[in-house]
Amino acid sequence: MGDIYLDNNATTMVDPAVVEAMLPFFTEQFGNPSSLHSFGNQVGRALKHARRQVQELLGAEHDSEIIFTSCGTESDSTAILSALKAQPARREIITTVVEHPAVLTLCEQLEKEGYTVHRLGVDERGRLDLDEYRGLLSDQVAVVSVMWANNESGTLFPVKEMAEMASAAGVMFHTDAVQAVGKLPIDLKSTAIDMLSLSGHKLHAPKGIGVLYLRRGTRFRPLLRGGHQERGRRAGTENAASIVALGKAAEMALEHMAYENVEVRAMRDRLEQGILAVVPNAFVTGNPDDRLPNTANIAFEYIEGESILLLLNKVGIAASSGSACTSGSLEPSHVMRAMGIPYTAAHGTVRFSLSRYNTMDEIERVIEAVPPVVAQLRKLSPYWADGAPVQDPEKAFAPTYA
Amino acid sequence: MWDYSEKVKDYFFNPKNAGAVEEANAVGEVGSISCGDALRLTLKVDPETEVIQNAGFQTFGCGSAIASSSALTEIIKGMTVDDALKVTNQDIADFLEGLPPEKMHCSVMGREALQAAVANYRGEEWSDDHEEGALVCKCFAIDAVMIEETVRANGLRTVEDVTNYTKAGGGCASCHEGIEEILTKVLAEQGETFQAEPVKQPAKEAAAASAAGGMTTLQRIRRIERVIESIRPQLQADHGDVELIDVDGPTVYVKMTGACSGCQMASMTLGGIQQRLMEDLGEFIKVVPASQPQAARAGG
Repeated sequence: MGDIYLDNNATTMVDPAVVEAMLPFFTEQFGNPSSLHSFGNQVGRALKHARRQVQELLGAEHDSEIIFTSCGTESDSTAILSALKAQPARREIITTVVEHPAVLTLCEQLEKEGYTVHRLGVDERGRLDLDEYRGLLSDQVAVVSVMWANNESGTLFPVKEMAEMASAAGVMFHTDAVQAVGKLPIDLKSTAIDMLSLSGHKLHAPKGIGVLYLRRGTRFRPLLRGGHQERGRRAGTENAASIVALGKAAEMALEHMAYENVEVRAMRDRLEQGILAVVPNAFVTGNPDDRLPNTANIAFEYIEGESILLLLNKVGIAASSGSACTSGSLEPSHVMRAMGIPYTAAHGTVRFSLSRYNTMDEIERVIEAVPPVVAQLRKLSPYWADGAPVQDPEKAFAPTYA
Repeated sequence: MWDYSEKVKDYFFNPKNAGAVEEANAVGEVGSISCGDALRLTLKVDPETEVIQNAGFQTFGCGSAIASSSALTEIIKGMTVDDALKVTNQDIADFLEGLPPEKMHCSVMGREALQAAVANYRGEEWSDDHEEGALVCKCFAIDAVMIEETVRANGLRTVEDVTNYTKAGGGCASCHEGIEEILTKVLAEQGETFQAEPVKQPAKEAAAASAAGGMTTLQRIRRIERVIESIRPQLQADHGDVELIDVDGPTVYVKMTGACSGCQMASMTLGGIQQRLMEDLGEFIKVVPASQPQAARAGG
């Protein structure tokens, strides 16, 4: 029995068909797409095709709205910094407390440089308060940057509605859709979204390739200036092989959209239901009614995530956790804290993220494997005794906290 | 995932002394709720001899927290209470054949639980005086609180000062931005502004760089000596020291003395010295402890 990979929100396997599509661009078709000769010329055509494939996945109106970048982070930085540079009089940014570090850390830095950052909070299910959002929109705001789907809980934000609201207030709208693209049907031309970031390696393309979607007419200032690549909006020789790969992956994602939302969702639901039926003191975090079809984030109370992952890894199951220890920080995931999940549960969150390569057999094996792991660790936990949490855990075990 | 030693993995997968000891007469409970570690240590101490007859742990925490709790119980079983109190964090880490720098706080927790348990046994109050911040310098495992307090207590003003007092920033140097931020914050509290050290003297640097290729052996060794001299005060601050023994082509032999000899951080310190030498000389340098070549020569 092979190992089971349930960490697809971290990264995905490159589809063999995608590898096959990209390989010739290392050897036979190595030319620079900017060159006039036949070596470059063919590559240029391949890039054009890839751009159309991505355009189709995103439902963009024009293929020139697709700018290839090196990764999701670059796309996020480009979008936010562009909005600030293009509108120097506007000194405010609206984002949320649960964004990916690609956006949060940049915003922290911008704050130090004198910008005002508004971070929308979330409720216990990870939902935003749109009235609060409406109140913040003004002609001082340069850009709104809100993720489409949360990487940890899978919870979706109403970005289409929020983009409309921003548009009505004359404010640019960017969404980090790294987790959403390929898992949800997207049709940008029917939305008011001005900019969108995506990352290839989240949808079975290789690492090192991303896209910034830039709606035609959106004022833009490049992050990297230099050559004329990407119509002067992102200088630097094109990563041709990976762009071709992303194009192929985008095409395949579109073909599998129904599968993702029916079959993968069914596996995810079975996984959750199977684990929660057997393991006490465990619950799903985020908003179960409105989230990605592939993500299950389960909090196991009174045990710690890294320990769970190590034991799961030993039986060949790969997942991830929002515990402090897995990241080397001292605090558990900012997403879990923002939702007000108590520390004794936040440290025990495990994210299972599926892909179309998982099978129901694998899911059944995980459902078998998880309960003994949880039981083993609870046996060691000072918060747990005789198969249940100790009576009034906060009082029965009251350590002196460092 | 973390690079845990085999022994850490073994103590995590097959922990010894898990669970509470029956008829315990010493109980210590400590934890750090935000970082997700909590530990209850139960001991059975012979009131006549004060020997710890049995020890058990219950831990809510990560792999290395569980492993270091278990290791602690193994170490202290059979010790007298007084001897057990002499067990250091480093002893726990050494017993486990090392812990990643981010995980050293896991062994701190074990030691604190032990102090709390002994206080409980003796009917004393134990209060925790240890505060922990986010890890800034990964090379030497120095956290933000430690740097802040050292900056405040000693009126430090530059990154170099911080390195001299705490070692933070003395290795790979990638945390210098973080150290500057702490300096900016603390100096601002005192109504001062942090001023970055001037960019390295351009004339001297440029001349040095061009000379690097054309140095005589003597010049080169003197230069190596100078770099090592500049590192010594940091090590001496920690009651350690380093001495240049020999230079053989790209290999520089040094002797670590005092607290540095046998210190678990010694290999990191060597790495730090090597990095500084390479940056200064602009060539590849390998720093090796002096005992190794001697052994090699004896063998060869």
